[in-house]
Amino acid sequence: MEVIEKLIDKNGLVFAFLLVGILIAVSYWLSKKVTNKKIPGAAIAISAALVFAYFGNEKGIADFPLFAGMALLGGSMLRDFAIVATAMGASFKEIKKAGLAGILSLFIGVIFTFSIGAVIAYLMGYTDAKSIATIGAGACTYIVGPITGSAIGASSDVIAISIATGVLKTVLVTIFTPLIAPRIGLNNPNTAMVFGGMMGTTSGVAAGLAATDPKLVPYGALTATFYTGLGALLCPSILYYLVQLSV
Amino acid sequence: MKIYGVAILAGCYLIGQLIGSYLGVGLGIGGNVGGVGFAMIILILVNDRLRKKGLLDTTSEQGVFFWSAMYIPIVIAMSATQNVTAALSGGWVAVFAAVIGTAACFALVPFVAKIGQSKNQ
Repeated sequence: MEVIEKLIDKNGLVFAFLLVGILIAVSYWLSKKVTNKKIPGAAIAISAALVFAYFGNEKGIADFPLFAGMALLGGSMLRDFAIVATAMGASFKEIKKAGLAGILSLFIGVIFTFSIGAVIAYLMGYTDAKSIATIGAGACTYIVGPITGSAIGASSDVIAISIATGVLKTVLVTIFTPLIAPRIGLNNPNTAMVFGGMMGTTSGVAAGLAATDPKLVPYGALTATFYTGLGALLCPSILYYLVQLSV
Repeated sequence: MKIYGVAILAGCYLIGQLIGSYLGVGLGIGGNVGGVGFAMIILILVNDRLRKKGLLDTTSEQGVFFWSAMYIPIVIAMSATQNVTAALSGGWVAVFAAVIGTAACFALVPFVAKIGQSKNQ
C-alpha cells in the first residue's frame, strides 16, 4: 500500500489524467444508456465532480493527498491555457460582430448582479453600506467579493459570505447552463458572448458552455474573463458610493 | 511539428497574461484583468496571419487543438477541486443572493443579446 501511495504521490498529474478519463467514460456511458443523450455526458461528469468536491474542503477532492494531482490538472494555469487554445476554433468575424453587445453585457452584468445582491443583503438585515456592498460584490464573483470587502474594510464574516455567494453562483451556472440554454436562445456565438459577460464567472461559464455546446466556449470565455476585472473596478468605487448614498 | 503550435499558443498565452497583469497594475486593482481574453484575441489574429502566409501547417495546428480538446477534462478536474463546502456554508444570504442573482441574469441574457444585434444592424 505504501508503495502505491508513494507512486501516486510522485505522479499526481498522471493519476489525475486516468481518473478524469474514467469519470468521463462512465459519464458518457450514463448519458447514452440512461438519459438517452438528453443530459450531456460533460454535464454529468461536471456534476459528479462537484459532488466529489463536497467531500473535501478548500481544494475540494484535492484535499485528499491521493487526489492532489487534480488540483494541478484543474488549476488556473492549465485551465486558462486550454481556454486560450479553444480560441483557435473561434471566428474573429463573429467576435467583432458581437463585440458591442459583449461590452454592454459586461457592464449590465456587473451592475445588475451587484444591485440584486445588495438588495437581498439589505432585505435580510444588513444595514451598513460596507456589508451590503461586499455581499453585492460577492454575487458578481467569488473574487470580486473579497477584493471589494477588503478594499472598503468589511468584517471577515461578511467577506466569507461574499465568497460563499460567488462560489455558489459558479456551481449554479455550471449545473443550470445546459438546462436553461434552449430557453434563452444560447446556441450562437453572439448570445454566448453576452452570456459570458452577464454571468462573469469564468469557471461557471466555461464549464456550463462545455456541457451545452463546446463550440460556444471560446465566445463565452472571452467576455467572462473581463468580468472580474470590471467588477473589481466598479464595486469598491462607484457602486459602493451609490450604496452609501442610498442607506 | 506539433510543438510549434504549442509554442505559439504558449507565446500568445503569456503575452495576453502580461497585458492583463499590467492592466491590473495600471488600474490599481492588482491581479489580472482579462489576460485570458487578450491572449485569445492575440491567438486568433496570429493564427489568421500565419495561415494566410501559409506558415502554419496542419501538424502544428494539431498541437493547439490537443489543448483545446483537453479543455473539458480540465474543467471536470477544476469542478472536483472547487470549494463546494464553502459554497454551501454561507447561510441563507449567500443562497438567496446567488440563486436570485444567477436566475435574473439568465433571464436577462436574451434581451441583452437582442439589444446588441439590433445595434449592429
